[in-house]
Amino acid sequence: MIFLTRRATFSASHYYWNESWSAEKNEQVFGRCANRSGHGHNYTLEVTVAGEPDPVTGFVVDLKWLKDVMEREVLSAYDHRHLNLETPEFKDAIPTTENIAIAAWKRLEPAINSRGREFGDGAGAGGAKLSRIRVYETPEIFAEYRGEA
Amino acid sequence: MKAYFGRRYLVSASHRLHTDALTAEENREAYGKCNNAHGHGHNYFVEVLVGGAVDPATGMVVDLVALDKTVDERVLQRFDHANLNRDPLFADRVATTENLCRAIFVLLVDALPAGELEYVRVEETENNFFECSARG
Repeated sequence: MIFLTRRATFSASHYYWNESWSAEKNEQVFGRCANRSGHGHNYTLEVTVAGEPDPVTGFVVDLKWLKDVMEREVLSAYDHRHLNLETPEFKDAIPTTENIAIAAWKRLEPAINSRGREFGDGAGAGGAKLSRIRVYETPEIFAEYRGEA
Repeated sequence: MKAYFGRRYLVSASHRLHTDALTAEENREAYGKCNNAHGHGHNYFVEVLVGGAVDPATGMVVDLVALDKTVDERVLQRFDHANLNRDPLFADRVATTENLCRAIFVLLVDALPAGELEYVRVEETENNFFECSARG
């Protein structure tokens, strides 16, 4: 099994706020992240795909194809956007780094796993599958999701 | 839903690789310039990965401020700007980064404010790093 990772960056704004809590509790739990005017980060998205290299191409998946999928499914929705106000998945969930990693998985998994099977089909290679999403909020802070319940 | 939260910390420390179990010549052979008598230093990056359920109320696996406090009290205050060889943990263990990584794992594994310690990674330089995980 080979694990292939592609990186991309996006810049977005967000704030942390739980509507069912008082303003005081939001400020106590989330600190400066609770500022309703929001703030922003340069995020790095790492997408790891696992599979066997195709015997003909030597690819687990085509990196250009993966780049396009990441652009279409994630970056076009998140880059230069306000995550709380402009992305449907964060209408009800707080856009923490953990939740962004989970949301990016949900956006990417159908596209990657269906096409990943095609890469393996008929060539005797294993189908490529999404294995891990890592989202860096800063170089020192990141979250990871591996598709676990 | 289980996710992982990762955080990186800087630790600047000195060490010398040397063991009394070997002769001076054997130490030199085993550790090369890392055996130089007066030690040397590194900017270590300590990466901590915590796994656990994402709290639906906060969207978090672990509160960053609480995690920082734990790591500061148990690891940074102990090792940052210190000579590792002088720490009791390295009284009878060579202060290799393997041993530092395991020591940090043991210091943190039962002290986290939430979640479980998935791994500790210690980067000694840009080109070498060590990992210690719950899986042994």
